[in-house]
Amino acid sequence: MTAQAPKKQAFVRELLGRSDYAIIGEIVEPGSRVLDLGCGEGELLEWLAANKGVEARGVEKSSARAQRAIARGVSVFQGDIDEALADYPDQAFDYAILSQTLQETVYPRKVLHEMVRVGRRAIVAFPNFAHWAVRASFLRSGRAPNTKAFPYSWYESPNIHFLTVQDFEELAALEGLTVERRFFLSGHRKVKMLPNLRAEVAVYLVRGPGVGDRG
Amino acid sequence: MIVEAGTVSFDSISLDNGATLAPVEVAYETYGKLNASKSNAILVLHAFSGDAHAAGISHETGKPGWWDNMIGPGKGFDTNRYFVICTNVLGGCRGTTGPASINPATGCPYGMSFPVITIGDMVRLQKMLVDWFGIPRLLSVSGGSMGGMQALEWAVAYPDRVVSAIPIAATTRHSAQQIAFNEVGRQAIMADPDWNEGNYYGKQPPARGLAVARMVGHITYMSDESMREKFGRRLRGKENFGFGFDVDFEVESYLRYRGSQFVNRFDANSYLYITKAMDYFDLTSGRGSVADALKPAEARFLVISFSSDWLYPSYQSQEMVRALRRRNCDVAYVELQANCGHDSFLVDVAEQAELVRGFLASTFEKVQ
Repeated sequence: MTAQAPKKQAFVRELLGRSDYAIIGEIVEPGSRVLDLGCGEGELLEWLAANKGVEARGVEKSSARAQRAIARGVSVFQGDIDEALADYPDQAFDYAILSQTLQETVYPRKVLHEMVRVGRRAIVAFPNFAHWAVRASFLRSGRAPNTKAFPYSWYESPNIHFLTVQDFEELAALEGLTVERRFFLSGHRKVKMLPNLRAEVAVYLVRGPGVGDRG
Repeated sequence: MIVEAGTVSFDSISLDNGATLAPVEVAYETYGKLNASKSNAILVLHAFSGDAHAAGISHETGKPGWWDNMIGPGKGFDTNRYFVICTNVLGGCRGTTGPASINPATGCPYGMSFPVITIGDMVRLQKMLVDWFGIPRLLSVSGGSMGGMQALEWAVAYPDRVVSAIPIAATTRHSAQQIAFNEVGRQAIMADPDWNEGNYYGKQPPARGLAVARMVGHITYMSDESMREKFGRRLRGKENFGFGFDVDFEVESYLRYRGSQFVNRFDANSYLYITKAMDYFDLTSGRGSVADALKPAEARFLVISFSSDWLYPSYQSQEMVRALRRRNCDVAYVELQANCGHDSFLVDVAEQAELVRGFLASTFEKVQ
């Protein structure tokens, strides 16, 4: 493992080339049970298993990516997130992670609901659709935004449910979730002021209504 | 690669049907070297018509083992790291006690007086051999098709003896379709007058019936796509139809050849007994749901299915995986895209080998 453990500072080091991974790597407690939904080739899970000693499980839709994850020793189930979540018992994990995938799910509210059922906590990272660059692109062009964070044409974008920092806060309240920590990122920098305008990516640590402070 | 072969005789074995078989012999081969702590042993389990010769070149026949592309130095089951054991199943005809063996009570072959056996019985005999080797825990139990059923049975019957299980192209219970094809094979054998109620040893064996059974089996192991690719409608050694019932098509020639070859290496009564054991296999029998049945399992699982396998379709593996997830077991699953049908686990192994190699390496790391 060459990646370094992230440090607490305004400037976020990348973990495996991503700053949201660095935040997640910081949040996850050592020795915990982790489920990564849409885990790709299992890089984050492999890192968490090697550096935090977590019990790592993943779900990945693509057969090719699931294969590469299993070949690197991560226990990954090839299947849909929705279906996979339904099978896990309540509170089977300490963390259910959904990194940059909520906007791609068909039923995001259901996914969030299920995440806090199977996980004592959920970590949700998503690109903020209200970032000023997105707003500017939309205002300037009058077309579906095309930015660094949303690089696709509307007709080939995997993103089907765009959301903003404000939207997530409202959905969390609606679902009765407690937001334990929130992180806003602009490139490698943490954003404190006006996150809905300035954050490119948001990372939330939430817990469900039935879970106490001790988790 | 260090290869060893042998046969071990045990005084007796108790069977699921209440009978006792005494004595019982089990034929095995091993590849690689057992380490000092005996923590690197893997039991590989053969499918319906396989035998203990899983890898390397046989001195006897000059043929490679049935999973030679998966077992060996640097391969999926890396014999530089692991000690791989393969046995011939109980009821088989390749060294382990089966219907063709001599019944010590009569001095004649058992034939149809051989007790009806189960997958559980096969696994019980394998466990006796593992005990004989003095191996406390197997790093993995793995096999395709019937071998996958045995791997599941191991994980449930002897949970403290297996660290991991790799059932490939398998099921938790034989389906109506699987039973149906097996029954066609059995009926083909029993309809052959040479079968003679199973008493054909030393006489003409039911070669025609056994060959037809094998032909049907072969069709179920392939896929529509692989048959179209391999044979199409090509004619065999002729330009035009023969307007008769000799071989016209390549596919006919292939099936006849495979059928006739099979007769030389397989005992018809073993065909009856082993297919029956597969048909009886139902992990849930007397245990409730699939999730209930898998309750005792403590192993880490790697489950693999193939997109073109219509004999053991992916839904059966997925049912197994879903039940394991409900139990919060450590399970990895993938459906590989392969067009060779059920046979994919034997022939189309590049991706399968990668999965097995990675899974075993991370499992081995955990037990070190």
